[in-house]
Amino acid sequence: MDHPSLLDVISFGPDGWAPAMLAAAAMTILIASLGFVIGGVIGVGGAWAKLSGGRVTRALADAYTTVLRGVPELLVIYLIYFGGSAGVSSVARWFGVHGFVGLPPLLAGSIAVGATMGAQFTEVFRGAFQVIQKGELDAAIACGMSISVCFRRIIAPLTLRYALPGLGSIWQVCLKESSLVSITGAVELMRQAQIGASATRLPFDFFLVACAIFLIISTASGVIFAGAEAYFLLGSGRK
Amino acid sequence: MSDVVKRPAIRVTDLHKSFGSLEVLRGVSVSAQQGEVISILGSSGSGKSTLLRCVNMLETPNSGTIELDGEEIVFPPSIRSKSSNRKKVERLRSRLGMVFQSFNLWSHKTILENVIEAPIYVQNRPRADCVEEAKALLHKVGLFSKLDQYPSHLSGGQQQRAAIARALAMRPKAMLFDEPTSALDPELVGEVLKVMRALAEEGRTMLVVTHEINFARYVSTRIVFLHEGAVEEEGKPEEIFTSCRSERLRRFLEHVDVR
Ligand SMILES: Nc1ncnc2c1ncn2[C@@H]1O[C@H](COP(=O)(O)OP(=O)(O)OP(=O)(O)O)[C@@H](O)[C@H]1O
Ligand SMILES: [Mg+2]
Repeated sequence: MDHPSLLDVISFGPDGWAPAMLAAAAMTILIASLGFVIGGVIGVGGAWAKLSGGRVTRALADAYTTVLRGVPELLVIYLIYFGGSAGVSSVARWFGVHGFVGLPPLLAGSIAVGATMGAQFTEVFRGAFQVIQKGELDAAIACGMSISVCFRRIIAPLTLRYALPGLGSIWQVCLKESSLVSITGAVELMRQAQIGASATRLPFDFFLVACAIFLIISTASGVIFAGAEAYFLLGSGRK
Repeated sequence: MSDVVKRPAIRVTDLHKSFGSLEVLRGVSVSAQQGEVISILGSSGSGKSTLLRCVNMLETPNSGTIELDGEEIVFPPSIRSKSSNRKKVERLRSRLGMVFQSFNLWSHKTILENVIEAPIYVQNRPRADCVEEAKALLHKVGLFSKLDQYPSHLSGGQQQRAAIARALAMRPKAMLFDEPTSALDPELVGEVLKVMRALAEEGRTMLVVTHEINFARYVSTRIVFLHEGAVEEEGKPEEIFTSCRSERLRRFLEHVDVR
């Protein structure tokens, strides 16, 4: 690799970086997806707590969203990575393993993304639920639906209908936030680009390629979200 | 047959309901024999909707008894029965078909899907049977050609007829109607009343809150007049319309327009 060029960066050949970059892209998608799912689960719980919880659960949910929306995401990642690792290290000490034991970066990263996104999810779900016509819920209850059936068959699809635009933008944020997770050592796109850049002294080329891959991912997911939106809008009178 | 005690399909006894300090129902008792059509009249705010919503427990009564088809729920529930109460409430609700003023069809489901939803997911009946029965019901209310449409594509009258089909699909013991024609344009009222009249003639038990005075007079078997959360007068339509005792009811009837 005496005169590396952009072609080497995107080549699948023996000296090419394409396989590494693609693996990193997969890692990015994985972190973002796991973070999205974790955030979604937190969001359902948070919205439920805010809408129908008692005073204590409501206060807890409010505190959670206020804190996580007000603190820089990088800080949350640090807190979860080092906090989690400290926890793991002290457990490891019990088993005679000394020194720093890191939380697996993928795990720490996706939990951190999930925790910050959970606050956004909470607000999006809550807002969407409040748009549902109360009469549609009355009708579900009136025909004897249990709360779990009502949630699955009526509340969830109707909430999703109104939440999907918000969820689309949350997903884009998840993608971008996954790059912050590089500080934990997870080799996602950002980190891989840095590695390649310092190995080949071609920072611009690597970051350009990383940028292109990010754009491809977000464009593709935009198409998927648009399809989902169209599906859930069926019957809303807007379609 | 004479020794068979006629048991009412629905019996509501001494129902009380307050919202905060506002006492909306002050001890209402109403019962409907099998096949009876009871029209509930009363001015705005007299508690008609609250009464119906209490009967299927969309609102929890403060006290009183609700008996449906021989099964009874007492409010407030005793501590001992609290846990089993939720299932019982759901079971009783599933035996009452409710039709709302604003239709309340599920907007994310087609008309057919609206009608088969509860039979499948509440009563756990086989899907194919439910579809077949739903189609027959939609045919009966004149909506067979609309079964693949979403509610937002239908007129108000069509939506209300679909909502009636949805309620019937549960094979309810009794039907509750809360001003089913009040949200409709005048020219659409007739098609819904026609369906309701057909149900009455089939011998269905119905509690109908309505301002349609002709329905009350010519279709119902009994009229209950509510005033400020209590039954002010009740009786057969011919008695009520020719010689009611209550001065308030007389004034109420003078004000509704008899077409
Ligand atoms: N969920 C509620 N919270 C507080 N007050 C309520 C609630 N529902 C009804 N009310 C009050 O109870 C009273 C009776 O209401 P209800 O809807 O039963 O009257 P109605 O006879 O159906 O009147 P209308 O003919 O206008 O429909 C009204 O004063 C109303 O404001
Ligand atoms: Mg009312």
